[in-house]
Amino acid sequence: MSPEKAASRLRLLAQRPRSVLGLYVTAGFPDPEASLPLWHRLVEAGADFLEIGVPFSDPLADGPTIQRSSQQALRRGVDLGWIFDHVRAFRERDSRTPIVLMGYLNPILAYGPEAFARQARACGVDGVIVADLPLEERSWIGEALDRIGVDLVLLAAPTSSEERLRRIDQESRGFVYAVSVTGVTGARQDVARQAMAFLERARSVVRTNPLYVGFGIATAEDARQLLSRADGIIIGSALVERIERSYPEPDWIEQITSWVRTLKKEILHVAS
Amino acid sequence: MTTALPSQPDARGRFGPYGGRFVPETLIPALEELEAAYASACQDPAFWDAYRSLLAEYVGRPTPLTYAERLTAHFGRGRIYLKREDLCHTGAHKINNALGQVLLALRMGKRRIIAETGAGQHGVATATACARFGLECVVYMGARDMERQRLNVERMQLLGAEVRAVRSGSATLKDATNEAIRDWVTNVRTTFYVIGSVVGPHPYPRLVRDFQRIIGDEVREQMLRREGRLPTHLVACVGGGSNAIGLFYPFLQEPSVQLYGVEAAGLGLDTDHTAATLSRGRPGVLHGAYSYLLQTPDGQVLPAHSISAGLDYPGVGPEHSYLRDIRRVHYEAATDSEALQAVRLLTRLEGILPALETAHAIAFLNRLMPETNPEDLIVVNCSGRGDKDLATIVSAFEEAEEDVA
Repeated sequence: MSPEKAASRLRLLAQRPRSVLGLYVTAGFPDPEASLPLWHRLVEAGADFLEIGVPFSDPLADGPTIQRSSQQALRRGVDLGWIFDHVRAFRERDSRTPIVLMGYLNPILAYGPEAFARQARACGVDGVIVADLPLEERSWIGEALDRIGVDLVLLAAPTSSEERLRRIDQESRGFVYAVSVTGVTGARQDVARQAMAFLERARSVVRTNPLYVGFGIATAEDARQLLSRADGIIIGSALVERIERSYPEPDWIEQITSWVRTLKKEILHVAS
Repeated sequence: MTTALPSQPDARGRFGPYGGRFVPETLIPALEELEAAYASACQDPAFWDAYRSLLAEYVGRPTPLTYAERLTAHFGRGRIYLKREDLCHTGAHKINNALGQVLLALRMGKRRIIAETGAGQHGVATATACARFGLECVVYMGARDMERQRLNVERMQLLGAEVRAVRSGSATLKDATNEAIRDWVTNVRTTFYVIGSVVGPHPYPRLVRDFQRIIGDEVREQMLRREGRLPTHLVACVGGGSNAIGLFYPFLQEPSVQLYGVEAAGLGLDTDHTAATLSRGRPGVLHGAYSYLLQTPDGQVLPAHSISAGLDYPGVGPEHSYLRDIRRVHYEAATDSEALQAVRLLTRLEGILPALETAHAIAFLNRLMPETNPEDLIVVNCSGRGDKDLATIVSAFEEAEEDVA
């Protein structure tokens, strides 16, 4: 595949005239062998892009659910090398769905920013989200990623000032990840109501990039409300929790995909 | 050796390449607010008057510089002095910083305080400062540390703090710090995070250093008064490194003063059970700063090991990483068993029971003293007292005796 084409998957997604659903799942979860089939099935069920969690020993922006899935993945030996191999395998069957890696800075520094950017590009990774890399420290890996054409997605938070939101929009690539509420990841009640004021503020400032909102979204109702102020939503912990509950029942993957399908229907409903 | 150190940290919180601000976006505005509040406090004589008067009347400063006569005779070389931070209210140097940060919290109108603690000394100091000013206090502590520092857990609870057990990861200081940061991200608008060492995102390493440099400032004055000259060697233990920076900082520009930071080697530098970050680690990012870090080749943080809960940490303050690279400070390590022997030595020769953390600095004298001359003046930071460690110390000695028998 030509580099130009690879770099444009997130952009093509943003051009589609409907709300975007991003799904997060920790790499190698619930089982390293189950990962690749799960990713494909999530896409079939309606995921517009996938966020693959890079496990880290000290995930300080994550709540208990993703802490657990990360620990489990680490124990099974999942590292960046494993992830690159599996994204490459995913691309053999799916050249269209954007894949964004989400994790923490240290494993990327240990891999080497240049090597990481090269491998990400070569394997078909479209973007990278780093929870502990704010605007000011962007250049640690941002320059290597910019040069090679992999998007470094920055996060915006309810505590960010308008001035910061503006700069985040300027420096972010692919999309701006709006963190719904102050806190760590984890499904919670009533996210939409708490997030509305912030999203309204972010919506009026973020103009260069699409605005996708995540953290804490657990229900179709919340998703619907948030999508009135954002271009897309990202669901992580709620999905991981569902997988925890159903795996390894024989039909676990059907349980998950039918939940995703329902959710997707609700979202499409909003956009139309 | 560098005599004129550049002003550290720079505007971005860097000590050379180390430091910085690697935290979720949610916390950045809070760190900017803290930086601004501290800058304004620095210009306000009333703030420092309040801090100094608390240190004098509440903490009991200045702490003595005690000439260790029998310890000096034991080695038969240079003269050894002990800076008696163990005599501070609450039993360690941690109170200097806890009071400074709580004064800042009051100035910023934040009435909920959180802290992480390893040995429990910083937790006790923070709980004490909160009791003194009527603030809500939550302390995160590894479940494993709660077992080995039971006494300090009970002290914190008596002081009115809520101690939250952290069971994730290695259930020690590293994991308690993760949990404190998660609390802060969630409650950032109302909560002030009192960090206990010269670690974390900018401006904490500078803030904590500024509140601990009183140790070195006093040593300088006391030594000049007593001996008419500067000390020749300073020795302090290093976990995150706050007592060491506090002692070293006022002497960094004095090339005649040799500085020694002693990390915990745990079972030994050649084992995987160590906390000697500057000897065994390589630079990486943990808890908001770029600094030396114990980590696997693929960047996962390794659990540290030390008999001392306060040194049982896989990271180290960014200023220490910088001082290591420019070779201004020599970083050494002492093992668990060397520290235990040092506890016995200081207790028997001077009648001072040091904390296990402090004992690592004492242990290094075995290697340092033979290289000194009679006219040398050595200051060891006696950073804390060992009452909290009695159970660990006694059971370790019993085990050692069983091994011999």
